Amino acid sequence: MPRALVTGNHAAGHALAVAGEANRCARGCAGGAYPITPQTEIIEFLRDYSFTRGRIVPVESEHSAMGVCIGASLAGARAFTASSSNGLAYMTENVFAAGYYRLPIVMIAVNRTLGPPWNIWVDQGDSLALRDAPWLQFYTESHQDLVDTILLAFRVAEDPRVLLPALVAMDGFVTSHTQMVVDLPELSQVDRYLPACRVPHQLRRDHAVTFGGLTWPRETERHRRDIQQAMEQVPQVLAEAIDEFEKVFGRRPHGAISAEHTADAETVLVACNTMARTLRGVVGARRRKGERIGMIKSKLFRPFPRAAILAATAAAKRVGVLDRNHSPGSGGIFWQEIAATLHARPDVLVQDYLVGLGGGDVTPQIIDEIIDDLARRTAAADPVWKEVAA
Amino acid sequence: MNVALRTDAETYCDALLRPGNTNCAGCGMSLGLRWLDEALGGEKPFMVIPACCGIVTAGAFPTSAYGAPTAASTFASAPAVASGISAVADLNDEDSVTVCWTGDGGTYDIGIATLSAAAERNENILYICYDNEIYGNTGGQRSSATPEGVRTSTTPRGKSERKKDMMAIMIAHRIPYAATLSIAHRDDFLRKVRVARKTRGFRFLLLLSPCPTGWKAEAEQSVDLIDAAVRCGLFPLYEVFDGVRYRINVRPDGTPVDQYVAGQRRYTGIHTDGSALHARIDEQWRLLNVLAEAFPADGRSA
Repeated sequence: MPRALVTGNHAAGHALAVAGEANRCARGCAGGAYPITPQTEIIEFLRDYSFTRGRIVPVESEHSAMGVCIGASLAGARAFTASSSNGLAYMTENVFAAGYYRLPIVMIAVNRTLGPPWNIWVDQGDSLALRDAPWLQFYTESHQDLVDTILLAFRVAEDPRVLLPALVAMDGFVTSHTQMVVDLPELSQVDRYLPACRVPHQLRRDHAVTFGGLTWPRETERHRRDIQQAMEQVPQVLAEAIDEFEKVFGRRPHGAISAEHTADAETVLVACNTMARTLRGVVGARRRKGERIGMIKSKLFRPFPRAAILAATAAAKRVGVLDRNHSPGSGGIFWQEIAATLHARPDVLVQDYLVGLGGGDVTPQIIDEIIDDLARRTAAADPVWKEVAA
Repeated sequence: MNVALRTDAETYCDALLRPGNTNCAGCGMSLGLRWLDEALGGEKPFMVIPACCGIVTAGAFPTSAYGAPTAASTFASAPAVASGISAVADLNDEDSVTVCWTGDGGTYDIGIATLSAAAERNENILYICYDNEIYGNTGGQRSSATPEGVRTSTTPRGKSERKKDMMAIMIAHRIPYAATLSIAHRDDFLRKVRVARKTRGFRFLLLLSPCPTGWKAEAEQSVDLIDAAVRCGLFPLYEVFDGVRYRINVRPDGTPVDQYVAGQRRYTGIHTDGSALHARIDEQWRLLNVLAEAFPADGRSA
């Protein structure tokens, strides 16, 4: 496997391209491409790649980028795209449509603050606004985590037990525009890892059915319940996909969550994306001083891995959630999920911290201050706005 | 004698538009779909239908009134979804036809950016707009295809703006083929669909499609109304190759415009008294004649 110093966007473009190329002996690959900062280099990479049986359609909007993915996937091809921020918001109608169609499309979301006012820096509010769409959602902390997760996403999304689209998020600029050394998967490896993409409800000329037509309430309920049941298969399918990944690539990618030092941790912090990496350093330093503290790196957001979170917080008395997003009138979106997961554990204090919104730099010092604040609390309060330096 | 007789059910199951569809009597789309089927010689297209009456036509799950694989796209997305379908067909060397079957709302209004982009990319799509000049599915609201002077539920005193010239817009994209279709001119209709089928790239067909409910007209008058619209010159039948080679198929024959307007209670008379409409028709034909003379199709301008 070639190791290379590449940006997050390059790594994502490479992973999408080899996944698409790996389907060349089946029905090929296709997707729509529309640029938006900080995602642009991904679609530039894809447009430059020489596919044996693939076409990246340069569309006029994100809405159409997902429209092309829907058509390509309905025609049986492996389909993918990438977007950010307002692009995701503009695409939203077709994001829902892709999931309700049960199409295993993979999309990279390069997290960026929704505007106006315009701000190109990282904030997970864009992809989290799609949390109620029938999509898997993964959040990645590093370039390697990103590449591995993209391949896992194709494998899980296309699994006949799942057949749902998957979104893989990375931090805008912090990941997308910085360089790290990455093990880039080779096509021969991806050929072995990804089975030929098969969409069982692919449009066929001899099969006159209407997809997405009218349904009554009863069929709609069944459709929604089918999606829920497919979501419930994801932890098992993901675990298998990780095992298989290790066999092919010789490395074991991160799972739905990474629970670190949680076995004896009375205090547990939760974070996603690159914030989790900063948190890891702080937690490690505090453990060396003897604190019983641990952390959860939250990668899989949809379906939300409640069982894994409950297990990882079994020893916890306090849980602090770092949310780089804001649901107005409520608070942080990860906190909502963690609090709902821990509702049966009234002994656990769950506190939300809104931090790094709009791309503010969440430094180790900021996280130290949050942990000190959490230690002083005797009861949970409303979400805390933890401002960072300009 | 041992003749294998096909039951009606078998015959109709093969049809592109099957019995049991939900179309109103006199809907121009019904005849349009049947003639599309006939022109394709029974070849089954991939149908992409956005939100419009045309998807209600299909009926409720699990039934389908369409005898072809059909995808119901979101309102503005038919050309994008069709781009994906036709791209994959091309990648796999399949000689199939991908048809967008859309109303005027999805064409003139909400879908125009998607349509323009697919035309600019010259996607291998046969796009057919059945233009009933109204948001029929929601009960008859104005669209930018609604002619001036026409009463709709959102222009209760008559629309004050002119109808958008969608043909001119599509021709300006220099697509391989653009043509108008009439449900009163069967041979012309079938020929144009066949030309479109044989042509590669983006093809745009515009069908003026009566909606008796929205037009406040009698269902049995639908074909006669369109015949009058063509004869009086209000709806020219013409075709344009590569955006620069024009052919006029049917010229006005002096039929009074009243023959078209009087049969519809949607016309209020505002902006559309006889002289105003005649002025519009004259202007339209002056322009069309100039273009057809300057840019004839193979020198065979009608």
